[in-house]
Amino acid sequence: MEERPGDDRPQLPQPSLWPVGFAVGVVCLLVGLVISWWVAAAGAVLALVFGFLWARDVATGPPTGEPAVASTAGEPATAEPESGERFPRSRFLEGATLGLGALIGAIVTLPAVALALVPGFLKQKQHRVDLGPLSDFEENKWKIVTFARDPTHADISRRTAFVRNNGLLDGVPSFTIISNRCAHVGCPVQPGGPIFEKDEKVVRTTNGDVLITPVLPAAGFICPCHGGSYDQEGNRIAGPPVRGLDRYEFDIVDGRLVLGDLYSVVKVEGSGKTAKIKKTELRGPGQHADGPEAWFYPLQPPH
Amino acid sequence: MARTKSERRDKLQAAAMYPLDWLEERSGLVGGIKYFLFRKVPGDSGWWHTLGSATLTAFLVQLVTGVILAMYYKPSPAEAHNSVEHIQHDLWGGWLVRGMHRWGASVFIILMFLHMGRVFLFGAYKYPRELNWIVGVLILATGLFEGLTGYLLPFDQTAYWATVVAVNINGTAPFVGPYLATILRGGAEIGPDTLARFYSIHMLLVPGALIGLIGLHLYLVVRLGVTSPPWSKEAAGGEPDDEPPPARSGLVQPGPRAAGVRRRPTE
Repeated sequence: MEERPGDDRPQLPQPSLWPVGFAVGVVCLLVGLVISWWVAAAGAVLALVFGFLWARDVATGPPTGEPAVASTAGEPATAEPESGERFPRSRFLEGATLGLGALIGAIVTLPAVALALVPGFLKQKQHRVDLGPLSDFEENKWKIVTFARDPTHADISRRTAFVRNNGLLDGVPSFTIISNRCAHVGCPVQPGGPIFEKDEKVVRTTNGDVLITPVLPAAGFICPCHGGSYDQEGNRIAGPPVRGLDRYEFDIVDGRLVLGDLYSVVKVEGSGKTAKIKKTELRGPGQHADGPEAWFYPLQPPH
Repeated sequence: MARTKSERRDKLQAAAMYPLDWLEERSGLVGGIKYFLFRKVPGDSGWWHTLGSATLTAFLVQLVTGVILAMYYKPSPAEAHNSVEHIQHDLWGGWLVRGMHRWGASVFIILMFLHMGRVFLFGAYKYPRELNWIVGVLILATGLFEGLTGYLLPFDQTAYWATVVAVNINGTAPFVGPYLATILRGGAEIGPDTLARFYSIHMLLVPGALIGLIGLHLYLVVRLGVTSPPWSKEAAGGEPDDEPPPARSGLVQPGPRAAGVRRRPTE
């Protein structure tokens, strides 16, 4: 077999419209099977006719004498541009490609990144928690109270607070309610004294079960993780914590104790119902509440 | 007689190698892989130089075992711990694969540090390999983050409180700390979404980043070559060898990359 020009290139068949007709015929046939028999029949005829024409084209090959592939010889229609020369159009196309690409990328990426980051900052309002009737909190006695902060996620939102009824102040019951979250890195602090587990009590409230256990934290509160220790008012005595323990706001509603928001404490002077509490907004563990170190945490995300 | 035998052998070899040749002609993959694997290294490189590939192997073990564990793990607060117990005690071979993943994590971290120590003591971080040291440090940080996020997944008391502490330590970073902690937790407190968030970070986000960084790390290793040890008689980073790497003749025509320039620092 003698070599012809273009033999080193793939032998492509001539361009042909027959496959298009064949495809239309097949589609008509399939649609006709669902719709009605004569559409199917018309489709079958179309497919047969065009299929035959297509097959005949392929079988006979390209017309002899002509090379299968158009020769690339001959002068180019326009002069080749010098290498490195740029045209306004190519520059525009490059800029448009980059710009549009960046725009499309941003449109796709930004909502996804926002979904990853934004929801954690929204709707962080803490639920108010009903801790049951005041009669469960005798005057000047400490209780460990365990409750679900968010009743819809009771398994993951259980929190513990140390509650003491300080008696009446100006005719209104006064409570000290200390969070058990250590102000060092957030481990649960333990009471320094006996826990009377036999006298444990379960109170059913709208927030699910609240567990109330009497305790005598004679030595204040101590953290098992790194040894931070606090007095009974939550002031830091020793160890790595940078401030005192956080406290809960509270309300008395229809003779029941209701927990409100958490707040951080700079310092508590005095004790019990006459204590002077220097409050600040809630901060994460390990974040100073006073002194120059507090300047490192000027803005808090919503808690 | 011997002549016909060798002819037959040649034919047989050509037939056997045909698929590889086919692949090579269309993709250059065979030559590329040979270029990657059969690089020249300094004559006195030894066992110390294997720490990098050992780390890579540990990472691949983590990838494979992690993918299998993900088939049985359920990242919801109510089910997570039970599903880990199920993998550990009920599933056939589960204890082994979880053990490989759990202990392999430590192996990966330890090997990273050993590899880092080797690179430091051999002075292999010096010009022109500074960028690869930086990429390596990024891999180390990303790998440690992988360890942090994976630690929460068994969702027992240790996992929970370790994560509380770790997130709060992040929270003490000046200015951005409180926001960093909120982003990590996906809220003001560790909540129902935190576990799934850590799971997604642990098995999709960070491994993806690690794979990309390791690819970059290896690219730089191949491009710059391996440093000879400090006690080597060969000058480190000497003149590049223009000889093409020995291609097994008749196996595959060496592709442009296999035969091509070995890019090494020329100064």
